[in-house]
Amino acid sequence: MASERPAARPGVARGRVAAVAQGLSAYGLIVRMWVRSSLAYRTSFVLMACGNFAANALDFVAIMLMFSRIDALGGFSLPEVAFLYGTSGAALGLADLALGSIEGLGRRVRDGTLDTLLLRPAPVFAQMAADRFALRRLGRITQALLVLGWSLPRIEVDWTVGRVLLVPLMVVCGTAIFAAVYTAGAAFQFWAQDAAEVQNSFTYGGNAMLQYPPTVFAKELVRGVTFLVPLAFVNWLPALRLLGHPDPLGLPGWVDFLGPVVAALMCTGAGLVWRLGLRAYRSTGS
Amino acid sequence: MAPRARADEDDKGAGVVGDDAAAEPLIEVDGVEKVFSVRRKAGRLRRVREEVRAVDGISFRVPRGEMVGYIGPNGAGKSTTIKMLTGILVPSGGRLRVAGIDPARERTRLARRIGVVFGQRTTLWWDLPLKDSYELVRRMYRIPDAVYRANLERCVELLDLAPLLAVPVRQLSLGQRMRGDIAAALLPDPEVLYLDEPTIGLDVLSKAKVRGFLHEVNAERGTTVLLTTHDLTDIEQLCRRVMVIDHGRLVYDGGLDGLRTAGGGERMLVVELERELPPIEGVPGARTVKVAGPRQWLAFPASQSAAPLVAAVAARYPLVDLSVREPDIESLIAELYAGGGKRADTAGDGGKIGRAL
Repeated sequence: MASERPAARPGVARGRVAAVAQGLSAYGLIVRMWVRSSLAYRTSFVLMACGNFAANALDFVAIMLMFSRIDALGGFSLPEVAFLYGTSGAALGLADLALGSIEGLGRRVRDGTLDTLLLRPAPVFAQMAADRFALRRLGRITQALLVLGWSLPRIEVDWTVGRVLLVPLMVVCGTAIFAAVYTAGAAFQFWAQDAAEVQNSFTYGGNAMLQYPPTVFAKELVRGVTFLVPLAFVNWLPALRLLGHPDPLGLPGWVDFLGPVVAALMCTGAGLVWRLGLRAYRSTGS
Repeated sequence: MAPRARADEDDKGAGVVGDDAAAEPLIEVDGVEKVFSVRRKAGRLRRVREEVRAVDGISFRVPRGEMVGYIGPNGAGKSTTIKMLTGILVPSGGRLRVAGIDPARERTRLARRIGVVFGQRTTLWWDLPLKDSYELVRRMYRIPDAVYRANLERCVELLDLAPLLAVPVRQLSLGQRMRGDIAAALLPDPEVLYLDEPTIGLDVLSKAKVRGFLHEVNAERGTTVLLTTHDLTDIEQLCRRVMVIDHGRLVYDGGLDGLRTAGGGERMLVVELERELPPIEGVPGARTVKVAGPRQWLAFPASQSAAPLVAAVAARYPLVDLSVREPDIESLIAELYAGGGKRADTAGDGGKIGRAL
């Protein structure tokens, strides 16, 4: 015992790096296996992906129908709403593709199959995130990116290099923010196994909200998604800046650029909650 | 089979902890406890916190290469012990080492060196064909190619897996899945194999196949095996040492023979007489428990020899035929469970009562 301790201490940082590498490699392995097995039934896969695409496409058709009656929604034109729709949809789609499966955690805790993940030489987070990796979710991403692509030449923006770069940065930060919400929501299920719906209200519900301009919502709601669950940083705040619309909350201008900081903070927080949850599980059992 | 490539490293790792080179303990459990705090409804809104001691201070050691049966009634703490030994659960107290590793602190490092089979649920990937699951195991455990191929070939042959390799795990029958699970657990050449009810729900043939395979693995590879089961035939056929747990305490730890004595069991002498007679009397150490026509049953202590009894009966009664029945382990264990509280106390101060018996 005494002889083991000192040897372990300097290895902690290296151990952390090794654990991340181990997690990534396990994630890659499991994802590849699922992709292979889903491609084995090619027709079924294509149908599923198309269905996923179509379901989301109808979503946007509804917005277009609405604009056949009106010219602007909360001061936003159709291309501008399409820009919001595309950025939010792509961010959610990417997060969902990368680790959406993690929401099945509650079920695994309930039926005890989480134990089998704990027996494998890989971090549970990586195994959960890659579990049932569904390539068909590319349908949503494709649709969102098409809408985004359609909107870009149509929105009135004085494109500079910085502004061009802002668009992919928005999607990346948005993905990280949604990923943090997925993770925190899943971690919450370590304590409340039936809480998957709560998380869905933030991910899918949040996405449905972010598709529309913040100006159409009550200020309290906008405040909530800015300060409580900072989904506003996915696309609202940077888009307001890009499109030259005033901020309904009247926040200082630099707040619009906090996206990466918010994303990093949320991911760190979600990681901590996950660790706490896993520790609670391991000391209480199912 | 494939050479034990990691043997050197293992010896070093265990050497730090091992005090006795000859009987190097691979599993060390010292006063380990697991206390769950359970919230129970009391009234409409009130909730009461209750402590449940699932494992209540157990200690044992398992040397490398031993095959140990771990039995006890439902809820006795068997699975909790195994979960602590694999690092799934963190013990509330006590000290635990498997191959020199603290399971709770270095779960993933330990995972490479142990194999686990849960009878109730699979550790395989439910929707993937068996061979894809094995491929994942190979890459996740970083099993060297030669070792993997040799182990897989052997498992496929001995467990009849060849026709099942392309079948998704969810489509396998229980017996097939169990064989698939055992193979998966053995692919990485584990030093310890934990089996939690590996024969549950299997038919006689599948059971025999699984037992035969486990016996071979233990005998040839020297894999240490800890086996939890409700089927005492598993224990009788596989394990020389048995640990009995009840209410979270070890009530017996020792040989199978000792279990008979410890259980206070009785053997049965069944005699067939020429004709119907009143119950046999006056045979020292035996009592007649049942009479059915010319056949009579005499119970006598398991520790006593049957020869003088037979002689005494034959001298006074017209004996036609006889047989001696060994006590049923199941009933022995039932007796042990019943007397669990008392025995646990002796186990507490005496240490390993069973070993002495």
